[in-house]
Amino acid sequence: MKIHVQDFDFYYGDTKVLHGINLDVPERQVTALIGPSGCGKSTFLRSINRMNDVIPEARGAGLIEVDGKDIYAPGTDVVALRRRVGMVFQKSNPFPKSIFDNVAYGLRIGGVRDKRALAATVERSLQRAALWNEVKDRLREPAMALSGGQQQRLCIARALAVDPEILLMDEPASALDPIATTKIEELIWELKANYTIVIVTHNMQQAARVSDRTAFFMLGRLVEYAETNTIFMNPKEKMTEDYVTGRFG
Amino acid sequence: MHVLRHFDKDIEEIKAHLLRMGAMVEDSIQQSIRALLEGDLAMAEQVIANDDRIDQMEIQIDQHVIELIAKMQPAAGDLRFVATVMKITPELERIADLAQDVCERVIEMSSEPAIKPMTYLPRLAEDAQKMVRDALDAFVRGDAGLARAVIRNDDVVDQLTEESFRALLTYMLENPRNISPAIRLTFIGKYFERMADGATNICEMVVYLVEGRMIKHSAES
Repeated sequence: MKIHVQDFDFYYGDTKVLHGINLDVPERQVTALIGPSGCGKSTFLRSINRMNDVIPEARGAGLIEVDGKDIYAPGTDVVALRRRVGMVFQKSNPFPKSIFDNVAYGLRIGGVRDKRALAATVERSLQRAALWNEVKDRLREPAMALSGGQQQRLCIARALAVDPEILLMDEPASALDPIATTKIEELIWELKANYTIVIVTHNMQQAARVSDRTAFFMLGRLVEYAETNTIFMNPKEKMTEDYVTGRFG
Repeated sequence: MHVLRHFDKDIEEIKAHLLRMGAMVEDSIQQSIRALLEGDLAMAEQVIANDDRIDQMEIQIDQHVIELIAKMQPAAGDLRFVATVMKITPELERIADLAQDVCERVIEMSSEPAIKPMTYLPRLAEDAQKMVRDALDAFVRGDAGLARAVIRNDDVVDQLTEESFRALLTYMLENPRNISPAIRLTFIGKYFERMADGATNICEMVVYLVEGRMIKHSAES
């Protein structure tokens, strides 16, 4: 198991928003987190690379391990953790820099100065994000000039450039048109050969299409976690059935 | 917590449509049995004439289901319902075709010397008819237990078909003039046996609908 979660709770101040989550994420598979708004799935996703640490009065309890190491253990290097566990957000957020500089950003922060090494990594990352052919002739142009779908793939390339093992995606295609969405989904499918992916999505068909396993969250609890085929064809829990069939109001 | 969805109305409509089709198929079986046992040729013609309407219903249900898949992308129980309907309608249509085949043989036999080797056929026909009726009831009620009972009864029907064939064979050996009508009755026995197979297939899908388990080609079926 790449990620092991045991009895994990999460609080915003005094409010408990995640209750005793137990879940194992297999390596090099896509795990989808689904559930209605406010069910805790994004909070849970952000707990996996401690992105919630920046929120005042937010705290977790319980165990989250990546490769067998407790990521909340004292002395954990959070910057190194986030390099291994990259994140892509709902709204693409390129920096107001060139396409090249966006992808090279993390490497430069990490101290890489060698121009050839930078160029090679930028190219490889853009290729992995299925964007290289569209931008190879205009790497010095501003990232903001790209379309929404391209910007999102640029953000994925930026995340890939620092060579992570896990990619967390928080509704990565919800702001995109159907064609751009298809490209992101294809990309997720290809990336899982090399990366472990956890994706939060409101689009249940997307979860059904891209993921190997699906976790259904409700009111801060993990209701059901199983192979995606099971969740969408024959879920065990009535609450899951009601949610995936849209009977849930 | 539940909301009534547009989808539920579609599902109820499809179910009602399928049941109307099922009722027509049951009528065809019933009438084909009467045509056979009473030599009622008008009834036989009636069954043959009705088959077009059953074919049309199959097409209408198929179209409705395909529209539903395109627009609603059903999941979980809804998905199993839609998959079940798509498997059940062609089974029903084939069963109706078999009732029509029975009637065609009855009409052909009317110009041949009559034989009376009906020993096992009435029971075979009634069993097959009951299996189809129970299969439809199991679907409507979502009753996997009844579906399994129907599946188990298929062996009984197979046995009756075999016994019917042996009885007819004896008639053929006794007198060559019996061969032609006896062969037609053998066909008819086979048609009822295949109706029972259709009921079994429907019941396998009912178990899938209710439990999410495919029992086709397993020891259970």
